[in-house]
Amino acid sequence: MAEAAICAGCRAYFGYPITPQTELLEYMAAHMPAAGGVFVQAESELAAINMCYGASAAGVRTMTSSSSPGISLKMEGISYLAAADLPCVIINVARGGPGLGNIAPAQGDYFQATKGGGHGDYRMIVLGPATIAEAIELVMLAFDLADKYRLPVMVLSDGMLGQMMEPVALPAHVALDSLPDKPWALTGARGRGPNSISSFAMDPRDLSRIDTKRQSRYRQIEKSEVRYRETETADATIVVVAYGTMARIARTAIRIARSEGIKLGLLQPITLWPFPYAPLRSLSRRVSTILTVEMSAGQMVEDVRLAVADRADTPFYGQLGGLVPTPKDILREVKRHGG
Amino acid sequence: MAASEENMVKVFERPRSLNDAQFSYCPGCHHGIVARIIAQTIDELGILERTVVVASVGCSVSMYEWFRCDGTQAAHGRASAVATGIKRVNPDLIVFTYQGDGDLAAIGTAESIHAANRGENITVIFINNQIYGMTGGQMAPTTLIGQRTTSCPDGRDAQFMGYPIRFLDMIAQLDAPVYITRQALYDQKRIMATSRAVKKAFQCQIEGKGYSLVEIVTNCPTNWRMSPVETNKYLMNEVIKAYPLGDLVDRS
Repeated sequence: MAEAAICAGCRAYFGYPITPQTELLEYMAAHMPAAGGVFVQAESELAAINMCYGASAAGVRTMTSSSSPGISLKMEGISYLAAADLPCVIINVARGGPGLGNIAPAQGDYFQATKGGGHGDYRMIVLGPATIAEAIELVMLAFDLADKYRLPVMVLSDGMLGQMMEPVALPAHVALDSLPDKPWALTGARGRGPNSISSFAMDPRDLSRIDTKRQSRYRQIEKSEVRYRETETADATIVVVAYGTMARIARTAIRIARSEGIKLGLLQPITLWPFPYAPLRSLSRRVSTILTVEMSAGQMVEDVRLAVADRADTPFYGQLGGLVPTPKDILREVKRHGG
Repeated sequence: MAASEENMVKVFERPRSLNDAQFSYCPGCHHGIVARIIAQTIDELGILERTVVVASVGCSVSMYEWFRCDGTQAAHGRASAVATGIKRVNPDLIVFTYQGDGDLAAIGTAESIHAANRGENITVIFINNQIYGMTGGQMAPTTLIGQRTTSCPDGRDAQFMGYPIRFLDMIAQLDAPVYITRQALYDQKRIMATSRAVKKAFQCQIEGKGYSLVEIVTNCPTNWRMSPVETNKYLMNEVIKAYPLGDLVDRS
């Protein structure tokens, strides 16, 4: 993921050590200076995200990464980035929580990532990779979307992805001079009027106008940027909805189920925001059961139920505390719900 | 003898680095003098086109709207981190933060100390008026012992609220900072000295020497509940006893 960021033209990384994402910080320490970029180990996650704010304001592609408790600390800065319309990529290698929790993979940060987390009416595009190859693709995409819509984008991975090794083909480096122009950036008021970047507007009419304009950009994102993957749903009678590592495990469950004659399919949301409500809605018209599986007490399932309403049954299965459901666990749940 | 327009010489004017916007400060407040000193410094050094102001949270929150240079506004306490991000990716820019005592020495303690310790090549203007001005006069980390505020109505009691923090003494023991000085504005002599200090701090940055910080011990007539003249007397007679003026570090 770190190398993908450099490939995407990221030239400023600011981070703070936390398990299980520290390898990402270490990779940046070793490779970012050689790429001609800036690496700073900050004194805290708060400082790191605010350094991103500065680097982004100065017009450079920038990224930070952390794991769940550290992401909580970044939430203040994420709200400011969103409010100042600044692009930034944030990688969350999520772990067990709440509190200090543990360092095992978990998906308990879905609400925090997709429903705000920080204060105020803002959104963040949230991408959920299931494999290292997807993680590379989505990190590259994250930088493009962040620049295109001028907002923070989170790649929501987990401790499983953060700690695994897989052979991948790395993409070519994006040429820095091919990146989008940023005439709004703070580069010095030479030959133009001063630029200012702020999230402050004292007059409620001003703030309302600014906020409303931002919301219309969010509506555009909801229209244009929904991404998901359907696997074997064409003839499915029961469909699992899972993202990230859980989607990967669900793919194995599908193979086993199919070998036993169970018509099981998978819908994997790739954008967790904007969430694929419409594809789920249409799926719910032709399958009787949509089973959500998460490494949490049930967070994404709320979006699934919002999409499906009462057109199909929407059971949930999850494990907590950093435990990872196996294909067998999923299969057992599928059979329990009539698959 | 009436002077004609032709032989009149303009000896004082608005610095070119400021636009025509009105400051939002209360009458008699020292903030406005500091803004002028900074603008004058930018003019004299000819750096308007490469300067970026990082405003913080407090009475100076919208100061980026008064300067003709690029500017941004940081979350409460985080200005030094934001300035770090800007300066690191574009070292040609001249980046300064403008932070109050609550911002720099309470909520932003970590960001402020570590930017100094890394020797970031930025300039920090630190306004120490011993009170939270914009929120209506609460106790600051710099509030004097016995000083009354709305959150220590009987006066600051060291036993429960600690002592006024001398932030500069803390960072003066670090190896990296190049220029650290404490100044005041209660009389003309001090204003001139502050102007020289601010200019020197910016020069350190222009010459790539590293971190510079100018603390300016200022007033808050509104929340101190004093007239501006009384605040100047109080600064001269009381406040600078707790915050002695002068250079703490000069490695320039």
